[in-house]
Amino acid sequence: MRHTLAVLVENKYGVLARVSGLFSRRGFNIDSLAVGITEDPTISRMTIIVSGDDHVLEQVMKQLNKLIDVIRVIDLSSEEFVERELALIKVNADANNRAEIIQIVDIFRARIIDVASKSVTIEVTGDIEKIKAIQTLLKPFGIKEMARTGIVALKRGSKSL
Amino acid sequence: MAGKAERMTGARAFVECLYRENVEIIFGYPGGVLLPIYDELYDAHLYHLLVRHEQAAVHAAEGYARATGKVGVCLATSGPGATNLVTGIANAYMDSVPMVAFTGQVPSSMLGNDAFQEADITGITMPITKHNYLVQDVKDLPRIIKEAFHIASTGRPGPVLVDIPKDITTDELDFVYPDTVELRGYKPTFKGNVQQIKRAASVLKGSKRPVIYAGGGVIGSEASKELLAFAEKIKAPVTTTLTGIGGFPNDNELYLGMPGMHGTKYANYAIQESDVLIAVGVRFDDRVIGKATSFAPNAKVIHIDIDPAEISKIIKVDVPIVGDAKHILASLIDHVSECNTKDWLDKIATWKRDFPLFYVNRDDVIKPQYILEQINEVCPDAIIVTEVGQHQMWAAQYFKYKEPRTFISSGGLGTMGYGFPAAIGAKLGRPDKIVVDVSGDGSFQMNSQEMATIVQNNIPIIIAIFNNGYLGMVRQWQALFFEHRYSHTTIENSVDFVKLAEAYGAMGIRVTKPSEVKAAIEKAVEANGPVLIDFIIEREENVSPMVPAGAAINEILDLEDIQ
Repeated sequence: MRHTLAVLVENKYGVLARVSGLFSRRGFNIDSLAVGITEDPTISRMTIIVSGDDHVLEQVMKQLNKLIDVIRVIDLSSEEFVERELALIKVNADANNRAEIIQIVDIFRARIIDVASKSVTIEVTGDIEKIKAIQTLLKPFGIKEMARTGIVALKRGSKSL
Repeated sequence: MAGKAERMTGARAFVECLYRENVEIIFGYPGGVLLPIYDELYDAHLYHLLVRHEQAAVHAAEGYARATGKVGVCLATSGPGATNLVTGIANAYMDSVPMVAFTGQVPSSMLGNDAFQEADITGITMPITKHNYLVQDVKDLPRIIKEAFHIASTGRPGPVLVDIPKDITTDELDFVYPDTVELRGYKPTFKGNVQQIKRAASVLKGSKRPVIYAGGGVIGSEASKELLAFAEKIKAPVTTTLTGIGGFPNDNELYLGMPGMHGTKYANYAIQESDVLIAVGVRFDDRVIGKATSFAPNAKVIHIDIDPAEISKIIKVDVPIVGDAKHILASLIDHVSECNTKDWLDKIATWKRDFPLFYVNRDDVIKPQYILEQINEVCPDAIIVTEVGQHQMWAAQYFKYKEPRTFISSGGLGTMGYGFPAAIGAKLGRPDKIVVDVSGDGSFQMNSQEMATIVQNNIPIIIAIFNNGYLGMVRQWQALFFEHRYSHTTIENSVDFVKLAEAYGAMGIRVTKPSEVKAAIEKAVEANGPVLIDFIIEREENVSPMVPAGAAINEILDLEDIQ
């Protein structure tokens, strides 16, 4: 099962290495990892997508909690939450198929952020399924390059962590 | 001290911090980037023991910590000095021993440049420290050292490394030592949850075959008195793991000895037939539990541990209680009453009679078990420190430990060469105690250079080498599982250990006959100085009994006849 963890950590030197090292060392798989500063500049937030059964999840959370620089670990998947990822996709495009690509971009409420004579670069935001879907549709045109931010997520409703 | 800031260098502040933490002794070895710190140590009011290899400094710090319960402190220079600490740090991490390791580092401006004697020791030790620090500003030094000692000694204890670049030691700061530590990500649970304690008591209520399985956590939390009171109140037998030895008096009739691969048969049988297993400060190590799916198959498991990550890590636990073992046991005692264990204890008494630990003594060749019995005769209150291998298991089986912190051994990591330097630390921490390093001829050669340290500083330690000319434990496995093909385990005639001792200026005694064993130990005790005894023992004696790797722990075999 896939779990979305929100991990609040000290915004300090070496914290990312501690967290990522823990995963590799104990054989946990990270599907996605995103890190950024929060409203409090001394705290960073990591959103980690991890696959595994309940036992694996329990160990991941406990081992993360053991790190001194980890302030809190929350399994967002246990409640309602929203998640988004941003992807930049550079696709082969010329005068013949540009219109078709723009149509796909519109359907996905994505945006074209750069146009060249033989390519367009698309910015798309959504959950994993949405990114996967647009990727599938754009594939026939030839995806030249792709960059993804990794998932970030928040709890639904007015409550915060 | 707070508020009254004195201007000083980082090196001076380093020493001041050690004073504030009541450090009496540090184990170290100097080097280029440590010159400013060593200059401060020149007339500091704390004892610095100069070892001959940094690995000995870290093991000695651990031996000191285990013998005293205080935080062990070691110091090594950058690069190779720091990397030489790695094994000992890993050892302390595996056995949860409180330690602060300080390393020198190249100047901040040169970090990352592959400078002379540069090694990324915080990166290297990340997986084997409870936490580590690279000091980036001299102003942070007091806070970091305060935090390091706090983290090392609280919760589940462990090693913390502080890496100090050279410029930090010469930069100046207004020194104030913080009174408190503020770590929002570190709040170990100390008191056990009352509901869980009550649940544990109710599980115990109907138990007819309880077993207490106690480990290093009992030693670490100083819970041995509570453990004894608890066991006697519910009338349950107690087995102690390798790191838990000494946590329960070995002469108590409820004592089962050690469980697991080289445990007693009756400890293993009792665990397997138990209906409630009370695990206290243990981590269900594979050397204890054997085949995990067959471990204590009929037992409800109560697990008391300070580290929530140990709960249900290996074995599914029915009643977890997270917190300090001493505190939880004290509280649990108030909620439990005597279990009806008469039949159970009778059965265990029968097992003890029918399946005792045994060896076949001889008068023409020295049996290793006999040496331990004789050490027990001559100095029953000694601290026994061991290396790793067969002698370690014999020391766990055949010496009668009466109190905590009298058995010091490398459990989780299994580090050969650990015992001798750890014995040095133990002796300096407990000068009132006779300290015996029970060693093998293989292990001893991994840190034998420390003979110079104990002679130079006249540290009275008895080194008892169980000399069989083999790397005995590996040989035993080769005999049992690899058709006696002794591939690279023969080390006979390595060195004349007696002459080696004498070359360093220590007393050396060789013992070849069983009749001389006791007198040699007495002579060593009387000498009250550095003594090495070279016991020439039965070459192919096996550690028995034994659970083959991967088997259930009740599938335990006698090896006396398989030679």
